[in-house]
Amino acid sequence: MKNKMKRKGPVLAMAGPVSIWMILFVTLPMLFIIYISFMSRGTFGGVVYEFSTESYTTLLSTVYFKVIIKSLKVATLTTITCLVLGYPFAYFIARKPREVASKYITLIMIPFWTNSLMRLNAWLLLFQTSGPVNNFLVETGISSEPITFVYTDGLVALGLVTSMLPFAVLPMYSSIEKLNKSLLEASADLGANPKKTFKNITLPLTFPGIFSAIILTFIPSLGIYTVTDMLGGGKVLYIGNIIKNQFGVIRNWPLGSALSVLLIIITGLLIFVYTRFAKVDELEVV
Amino acid sequence: MNRVEKKKRRGRILSEIYAILIYSVLYIPVFVMMAFSFNDQRYNYYWVGFTTKWYGKMLTNTALINSLWYSIAIAILATVISVAIATLGAIGLQRYEFRSKKFVNNMLYIPIIVPEIVLAVAILVVFMTVGVHLGLGSILIGHCTFCIPYSVVTIKGRISGDNMSMEEASMDLGANRFQTFWRVTVPSIMPGIVSATFLSFTLSIDDVVMSNLLAGAKQSTLPVLILSMNKSGITPDVNALTTIMILFIVVAMILNNIIKGALKKRKTKEA
Repeated sequence: MKNKMKRKGPVLAMAGPVSIWMILFVTLPMLFIIYISFMSRGTFGGVVYEFSTESYTTLLSTVYFKVIIKSLKVATLTTITCLVLGYPFAYFIARKPREVASKYITLIMIPFWTNSLMRLNAWLLLFQTSGPVNNFLVETGISSEPITFVYTDGLVALGLVTSMLPFAVLPMYSSIEKLNKSLLEASADLGANPKKTFKNITLPLTFPGIFSAIILTFIPSLGIYTVTDMLGGGKVLYIGNIIKNQFGVIRNWPLGSALSVLLIIITGLLIFVYTRFAKVDELEVV
Repeated sequence: MNRVEKKKRRGRILSEIYAILIYSVLYIPVFVMMAFSFNDQRYNYYWVGFTTKWYGKMLTNTALINSLWYSIAIAILATVISVAIATLGAIGLQRYEFRSKKFVNNMLYIPIIVPEIVLAVAILVVFMTVGVHLGLGSILIGHCTFCIPYSVVTIKGRISGDNMSMEEASMDLGANRFQTFWRVTVPSIMPGIVSATFLSFTLSIDDVVMSNLLAGAKQSTLPVLILSMNKSGITPDVNALTTIMILFIVVAMILNNIIKGALKKRKTKEA
């Protein structure tokens, strides 16, 4: 037991590769992008290594500021929808016997083995002007003419919620499942009605799961650009699209980096709040 | 009493209906995607008529088939590299104390938590600045960078105190470090390694963001190809290919469960 602490060989051999990989491809790039965000943009794109806060002042200009606010709004709405839809569902599964519950969980995962873009495309096929939904609406007389769903914020929202829902359900499921059932019984025995029990016992005790769900849905939906690309048709732009564009056609690296830094800061803040009442290790990610 | 029971039953039925609704929302896109692989139209705009021709025609779509093989090759390579590094890393991080341990542990959470676009852009900027050629190598590095953390977390969950005492027993009985590693440590965390392999493969083969940014101009992966097709319209042969892929995965999963069940039975019989 004692001598293994002193030997450096095995530590290096085991933890070495992963440490080097993380430093080379996570730490350094993250630091570099912060550095780049304070540089100037080149006339023909790329970077000129001169200090400048221009990219941050650009972020505060109306066009970009609007996009940032809109992205935050959409991510918030997506998260709330996922929590509201996901919590009762997670509760339903958690109350099943273990064996059954694990089957229900697998049933959630299966659709996610289908290519995510093709699943998004399916919503487009379903809701396009001459698609099944519009045909149904027109034929039954609910609507006199086809409704334009395609490339609207509504369809993007549907895509976001359906993509994120499992990431909200899984952590909430595992924390509801861990809930000590005798506490609920005790509460009922002591005369609390179901509503009171839920508010005073279930909700506070499953809060870590709820917060994990918030992190795992809010942060990805803030940065995702595939949903908007597939369902927004280039008309709906969120932070993710803007960042990607700075490294593609537009080639304004400092601005793209500054937007990335903004996402890092938002993520950092959320994680900081999370660590106030739970450990990062408990973030159910897998 | 009767009224309470009735109320309970109604609640149960309502929650069943609710669960079915949620499942339908998750499964509708999959079934719609499959249905449109049988659509007799060059681009999927609306339903025309039934055909199975796309299942044959997709084989002649070289861009599609090439991107599929490219994605599979990347997924296999990324999985092998990631799981190897992560297995060693998970044991090392769980077992030993060293100065930068906390730092490395925190770093591992970054690719899991920070939006993927941020990490992809950061790696891209470094590669462009240093002058790394974008292609297979850069995509692989990108994929490993998110597969390694997920794998480490998965495998670490399987390492417990038991493994450690078994290792000590093995060393006491005269096995050297390597023998102990291969014959005791690795088998004892095998379930974690298997989950990590499965997870890495699925993360890599479905990845869009990293591949999109780090691919370079030459060859794109299947998801990146689909993303680029989106503007002109996705052809039904892609639906056909995706349908085959999901059926393949579901069959593999069922076989996996049958084998697992059989092994479990044999074990309990032996015991």
